[in-house]
Amino acid sequence: MSKLKSIEELKKLRENLQKGMQIRTQTGTRIIVGMGTCGIAAGAREVMSAILQELDQRKIEANVETTSCIGMCAREPLVDIEQAGLNRVTYGNIKPEFVPRLIEEHIVKGQVVPEWVVARMGSAGI
Amino acid sequence: MLELSLHVLDVLQNSVEAGATRVKLEVNEDLAGDRLEITVEDNGRGMDPEMTARVFDPFVTTRKTRHIGLGIPLFAEAARGCNGDLKIESTPGVGTRLTAGFQHSHLDRMPLGDMPSVILMTLLSPRNVDIEYVHRIDRQEFAFDSAEAREVLGEVPFSQPEVRAWLESTLREGEAEIKK
Repeated sequence: MSKLKSIEELKKLRENLQKGMQIRTQTGTRIIVGMGTCGIAAGAREVMSAILQELDQRKIEANVETTSCIGMCAREPLVDIEQAGLNRVTYGNIKPEFVPRLIEEHIVKGQVVPEWVVARMGSAGI
Repeated sequence: MLELSLHVLDVLQNSVEAGATRVKLEVNEDLAGDRLEITVEDNGRGMDPEMTARVFDPFVTTRKTRHIGLGIPLFAEAARGCNGDLKIESTPGVGTRLTAGFQHSHLDRMPLGDMPSVILMTLLSPRNVDIEYVHRIDRQEFAFDSAEAREVLGEVPFSQPEVRAWLESTLREGEAEIKK
Protein backbone atom coordinates (compact mmCIF):
# COMPACT_ATOMS: atom_id res chain seq x y z
CA MET A 1 0.00 0.00 0.00
CA SER A 2 1.30 3.48 -0.82
CA LYS A 3 1.99 5.83 2.07
CA LEU A 4 -0.36 8.46 0.68
CA LYS A 5 -3.29 6.07 0.36
CA SER A 6 -2.68 4.90 3.89
CA ILE A 7 -2.74 8.47 5.28
CA GLU A 8 -5.97 9.16 3.35
CA GLU A 9 -7.52 6.15 5.04
CA LEU A 10 -6.46 7.49 8.39
CA LYS A 11 -8.09 10.87 7.70
CA LYS A 12 -11.40 9.18 6.93
CA LEU A 13 -11.05 7.10 10.04
CA ARG A 14 -10.58 10.20 12.18
CA GLU A 15 -13.69 11.88 10.77
CA ASN A 16 -15.79 8.82 11.58
CA LEU A 17 -14.31 8.48 15.04
CA GLN A 18 -14.53 12.06 16.25
CA LYS A 19 -18.31 11.89 16.69
CA GLY A 20 -18.30 9.02 19.17
CA MET A 21 -15.11 9.97 20.99
CA GLN A 22 -16.34 11.54 24.18
CA ILE A 23 -18.59 8.69 25.26
CA ARG A 24 -15.91 6.12 24.65
CA THR A 25 -13.14 7.76 26.66
CA GLN A 26 -15.48 8.35 29.60
CA THR A 27 -16.78 4.80 29.94
CA GLY A 28 -13.37 3.33 29.17
CA THR A 29 -11.83 0.15 30.42
CA ARG A 30 -8.06 0.16 30.81
CA ILE A 31 -5.97 -2.96 30.46
CA ILE A 32 -2.36 -2.49 31.47
CA VAL A 33 0.35 -5.01 30.62
CA GLY A 34 3.72 -5.03 32.41
CA MET A 35 6.39 -4.56 29.74
CA GLY A 36 9.65 -4.35 31.66
CA THR A 37 12.54 -6.71 30.83
CA CYS A 38 11.01 -9.27 33.20
CA GLY A 39 7.57 -9.02 31.58
CA ILE A 40 8.95 -9.21 28.04
CA ALA A 41 11.10 -12.25 28.90
CA ALA A 42 8.07 -13.95 30.45
CA GLY A 43 5.95 -13.47 27.31
CA ALA A 44 4.15 -10.17 27.89
CA ARG A 45 4.21 -9.22 24.22
CA GLU A 46 2.35 -12.40 23.27
CA VAL A 47 -0.15 -11.79 26.08
CA MET A 48 -0.72 -8.23 24.88
CA SER A 49 -1.18 -9.44 21.28
CA ALA A 50 -3.73 -11.98 22.52
CA ILE A 51 -5.59 -9.25 24.44
CA LEU A 52 -5.72 -6.94 21.41
CA GLN A 53 -6.96 -9.79 19.23
CA GLU A 54 -9.63 -10.88 21.72
CA LEU A 55 -10.93 -7.32 22.13
CA ASP A 56 -11.10 -6.87 18.35
CA GLN A 57 -12.96 -10.15 17.88
CA ARG A 58 -15.52 -9.32 20.54
CA LYS A 59 -15.73 -5.65 19.50
CA ILE A 60 -14.96 -4.52 23.05
CA GLU A 61 -13.76 -0.94 23.49
CA ALA A 62 -10.81 -0.78 25.86
CA ASN A 63 -7.55 1.10 26.11
CA VAL A 64 -4.64 -1.30 26.22
CA GLU A 65 -1.45 0.20 27.62
CA THR A 66 1.97 -0.92 28.75
CA THR A 67 3.78 -0.15 31.97
CA SER A 68 7.24 -0.88 33.32
CA CYS A 69 8.37 -3.34 35.99
CA ILE A 70 6.46 -2.92 39.25
CA GLY A 71 8.71 -5.25 41.27
CA MET A 72 6.69 -8.45 41.02
CA CYS A 73 8.95 -9.98 38.37
CA ALA A 74 8.22 -13.56 39.42
CA ARG A 75 4.52 -13.00 38.71
CA GLU A 76 5.01 -11.67 35.18
CA PRO A 77 3.33 -11.43 32.77
CA LEU A 78 1.14 -9.11 34.85
CA VAL A 79 -2.14 -7.75 33.52
CA ASP A 80 -4.14 -5.04 35.32
CA ILE A 81 -7.76 -4.41 34.51
CA GLU A 82 -9.29 -1.12 35.57
CA GLN A 83 -12.90 -0.17 34.93
CA ALA A 84 -14.61 3.05 35.92
CA GLY A 85 -16.02 2.78 39.45
CA LEU A 86 -14.54 -0.65 40.08
CA ASN A 87 -11.43 -1.99 41.81
CA ARG A 88 -8.27 -2.25 39.79
CA VAL A 89 -7.34 -5.93 39.73
CA THR A 90 -3.85 -7.26 39.01
CA TYR A 91 -3.59 -10.71 37.46
CA GLY A 92 -0.28 -12.59 37.44
CA ASN A 93 1.48 -15.32 35.40
CA ILE A 94 -0.96 -14.74 32.57
CA LYS A 95 -0.49 -16.80 29.42
CA PRO A 96 -1.97 -15.97 26.00
CA GLU A 97 -4.34 -18.95 26.30
CA PHE A 98 -5.80 -17.48 29.53
CA VAL A 99 -6.84 -14.29 27.76
CA PRO A 100 -10.24 -15.32 26.29
CA ARG A 101 -11.47 -16.46 29.73
CA LEU A 102 -10.05 -13.36 31.43
CA ILE A 103 -11.87 -11.03 29.03
CA GLU A 104 -15.08 -13.10 29.14
CA GLU A 105 -15.30 -13.25 32.93
CA HIS A 106 -13.81 -9.97 34.08
CA ILE A 107 -14.91 -7.57 31.37
CA VAL A 108 -18.01 -9.17 29.87
CA LYS A 109 -19.54 -10.73 33.01
CA GLY A 110 -17.91 -8.44 35.61
CA GLN A 111 -16.55 -11.35 37.66
CA VAL A 112 -13.00 -11.48 38.94
CA VAL A 113 -11.10 -14.71 38.12
CA PRO A 114 -9.85 -15.42 41.67
CA GLU A 115 -7.18 -18.02 40.88
CA TRP A 116 -5.16 -15.57 38.76
CA VAL A 117 -5.43 -12.51 41.01
CA VAL A 118 -2.26 -11.26 42.70
CA ALA A 119 -3.46 -7.88 43.98
CA ARG A 120 -6.44 -5.56 44.18
CA MET A 121 -6.45 -1.81 44.56
CA GLY A 122 -9.21 0.49 45.80
CA SER A 123 -12.39 -0.53 47.59
CA ALA A 124 -15.30 0.03 45.21
CA GLY A 125 -17.27 -2.49 43.19
CA ILE A 126 -16.07 -6.03 42.46
CA MET B 1 14.65 -13.31 24.72
CA LEU B 2 14.13 -15.29 21.54
CA GLU B 3 13.87 -12.45 19.03
CA LEU B 4 15.82 -9.24 18.52
CA SER B 5 12.51 -7.39 18.38
CA LEU B 6 11.97 -8.24 22.07
CA HIS B 7 15.28 -6.57 22.95
CA VAL B 8 14.14 -3.61 20.86
CA LEU B 9 10.87 -3.50 22.81
CA ASP B 10 12.86 -3.47 26.04
CA VAL B 11 15.08 -0.61 24.84
CA LEU B 12 12.02 1.34 23.62
CA GLN B 13 10.48 0.96 27.08
CA ASN B 14 13.70 2.39 28.55
CA SER B 15 13.30 5.41 26.25
CA VAL B 16 9.71 5.86 27.40
CA GLU B 17 10.83 5.60 31.03
CA ALA B 18 13.51 8.21 30.32
CA GLY B 19 10.76 10.63 29.29
CA ALA B 20 11.47 10.53 25.55
CA THR B 21 8.80 12.04 23.32
CA ARG B 22 10.51 11.01 20.12
CA VAL B 23 12.48 7.88 19.25
CA LYS B 24 14.21 7.06 16.02
CA LEU B 25 14.44 3.32 15.43
CA GLU B 26 16.53 2.07 12.53
CA VAL B 27 17.13 -1.47 11.37
CA ASN B 28 19.77 -1.80 8.68
CA GLU B 29 20.22 -5.17 7.04
CA ASP B 30 23.26 -5.12 4.79
CA LEU B 31 23.15 -8.58 3.25
CA ALA B 32 26.15 -8.01 0.96
CA GLY B 33 28.27 -6.80 3.88
CA ASP B 34 26.74 -9.46 6.18
CA ARG B 35 25.83 -6.94 8.89
CA LEU B 36 22.69 -6.22 10.82
CA GLU B 37 22.57 -3.01 12.78
CA ILE B 38 19.82 -1.77 15.08
CA THR B 39 19.88 1.84 16.30
CA VAL B 40 17.57 3.41 18.86
CA GLU B 41 18.01 7.14 19.39
CA ASP B 42 15.80 9.02 21.82
CA ASN B 43 15.37 12.53 23.21
CA GLY B 44 14.95 11.31 26.78
CA ARG B 45 16.72 12.68 29.81
CA GLY B 46 20.01 10.92 28.97
CA MET B 47 22.72 9.66 31.29
CA ASP B 48 26.09 10.95 32.45
CA PRO B 49 29.24 9.02 31.37
CA GLU B 50 29.42 7.19 34.67
CA MET B 51 25.84 5.89 34.43
CA THR B 52 26.29 5.07 30.73
CA ALA B 53 29.21 2.80 31.62
CA ARG B 54 27.32 1.22 34.48
CA VAL B 55 24.21 0.12 32.54
CA PHE B 56 26.24 -2.79 31.15
CA ASP B 57 26.45 -4.14 34.68
CA PRO B 58 23.40 -6.32 35.43
CA PHE B 59 23.35 -5.10 39.01
CA VAL B 60 22.60 -1.54 37.98
CA THR B 61 19.21 -0.03 37.29
CA THR B 62 17.60 3.39 37.67
CA ARG B 63 14.43 1.90 39.05
CA LYS B 64 13.48 1.58 42.67
CA THR B 65 11.19 -1.46 42.32
CA ARG B 66 14.04 -3.95 42.00
CA HIS B 67 17.81 -3.87 42.18
CA ILE B 68 18.91 -5.52 38.98
CA GLY B 69 18.61 -4.34 35.40
CA LEU B 70 19.14 -7.11 32.87
CA GLY B 71 17.90 -5.42 29.71
CA ILE B 72 21.12 -3.91 28.36
CA PRO B 73 23.46 -6.71 29.56
CA LEU B 74 21.30 -9.32 27.77
CA PHE B 75 21.14 -7.31 24.53
CA ALA B 76 24.92 -6.68 24.68
CA GLU B 77 25.60 -10.39 25.19
CA ALA B 78 23.40 -11.25 22.21
CA ALA B 79 25.42 -8.86 20.00
CA ARG B 80 28.84 -9.97 21.31
CA GLY B 81 27.92 -13.60 20.68
CA CYS B 82 27.40 -12.79 16.98
CA ASN B 83 30.67 -10.98 16.11
CA GLY B 84 29.02 -7.75 17.06
CA ASP B 85 28.84 -5.18 19.80
CA LEU B 86 26.48 -2.86 21.60
CA LYS B 87 27.35 0.79 22.07
CA ILE B 88 25.61 3.50 24.01
CA GLU B 89 26.25 7.22 23.68
CA SER B 90 24.30 9.47 25.99
CA THR B 91 24.18 13.14 26.91
CA PRO B 92 22.27 14.35 29.95
CA GLY B 93 19.34 16.53 28.89
CA VAL B 94 19.75 15.60 25.22
CA GLY B 95 19.13 11.90 24.83
CA THR B 96 20.58 8.46 24.30
CA ARG B 97 21.68 6.56 21.24
CA LEU B 98 22.09 2.81 21.34
CA THR B 99 23.59 0.80 18.49
CA ALA B 100 23.64 -2.98 18.38
CA GLY B 101 25.55 -4.67 15.56
CA PHE B 102 25.52 -8.31 14.51
CA GLN B 103 27.01 -10.55 11.85
CA HIS B 104 23.84 -11.06 9.78
CA SER B 105 24.53 -14.69 8.92
CA HIS B 106 25.82 -15.71 12.36
CA LEU B 107 24.35 -19.02 13.48
CA ASP B 108 23.53 -17.67 16.93
CA ARG B 109 21.88 -14.48 15.69
CA MET B 110 18.30 -14.41 16.84
CA PRO B 111 15.73 -13.65 14.15
CA LEU B 112 14.64 -10.04 13.98
CA GLY B 113 11.13 -11.17 14.83
CA ASP B 114 7.92 -9.20 14.95
CA MET B 115 8.92 -5.53 14.72
CA PRO B 116 5.39 -4.16 13.99
CA SER B 117 4.07 -5.53 17.29
CA VAL B 118 6.80 -3.93 19.39
CA ILE B 119 6.40 -0.55 17.67
CA LEU B 120 2.63 -0.71 18.13
CA MET B 121 2.91 -1.65 21.80
CA THR B 122 5.31 1.22 22.49
CA LEU B 123 2.98 3.65 20.71
CA LEU B 124 0.20 2.52 23.05
CA SER B 125 2.13 3.94 26.00
CA PRO B 126 0.04 6.62 27.73
CA ARG B 127 3.13 8.87 27.66
CA ASN B 128 2.55 9.76 23.98
CA VAL B 129 5.90 8.84 22.54
CA ASP B 130 6.40 9.04 18.76
CA ILE B 131 8.51 6.60 16.80
CA GLU B 132 10.23 7.21 13.52
CA TYR B 133 10.98 3.78 12.10
CA VAL B 134 13.23 2.97 9.16
CA HIS B 135 13.93 -0.60 8.09
CA ARG B 136 16.37 -1.15 5.23
CA ILE B 137 17.20 -4.44 3.57
CA ASP B 138 19.99 -3.63 1.09
CA ARG B 139 18.31 -1.06 -1.20
CA GLN B 140 14.76 -1.70 -0.08
CA GLU B 141 13.42 0.70 2.53
CA PHE B 142 10.31 1.02 4.66
CA ALA B 143 9.87 4.25 6.60
CA PHE B 144 7.09 5.10 9.03
CA ASP B 145 6.72 8.09 11.34
CA SER B 146 3.98 7.94 13.95
CA ALA B 147 4.18 11.75 14.35
CA GLU B 148 2.59 12.10 10.89
CA ALA B 149 -0.26 9.82 11.93
CA ARG B 150 -0.66 11.68 15.23
CA GLU B 151 -0.97 14.97 13.37
CA VAL B 152 -3.72 13.61 11.11
CA LEU B 153 -5.55 12.10 14.09
CA GLY B 154 -5.67 15.26 16.22
CA GLU B 155 -7.24 14.35 19.56
CA VAL B 156 -8.08 10.76 18.55
CA PRO B 157 -5.62 8.53 20.45
CA PHE B 158 -3.58 5.62 19.04
CA SER B 159 -5.38 3.37 21.51
CA GLN B 160 -8.70 3.68 19.63
CA PRO B 161 -9.33 0.17 18.26
CA GLU B 162 -9.76 1.35 14.65
CA VAL B 163 -6.61 3.48 14.82
CA ARG B 164 -4.70 0.61 16.40
CA ALA B 165 -5.79 -1.64 13.55
CA TRP B 166 -4.66 0.97 11.02
CA LEU B 167 -1.25 1.29 12.69
CA GLU B 168 -0.77 -2.45 12.76
CA SER B 169 -1.76 -3.04 9.13
CA THR B 170 0.34 -0.10 7.92
CA LEU B 171 3.41 -1.46 9.72
CA ARG B 172 2.82 -5.05 8.63
CA GLU B 173 2.24 -4.16 4.99
CA GLY B 174 5.34 -1.95 4.95
CA GLU B 175 7.49 -4.72 6.42
CA ALA B 176 6.06 -7.28 3.97
CA GLU B 177 6.89 -5.00 1.00
CA ILE B 178 10.63 -4.91 1.71
CA LYS B 179 10.83 -8.63 2.51
CA LYS B 180 9.53 -9.64 -0.94
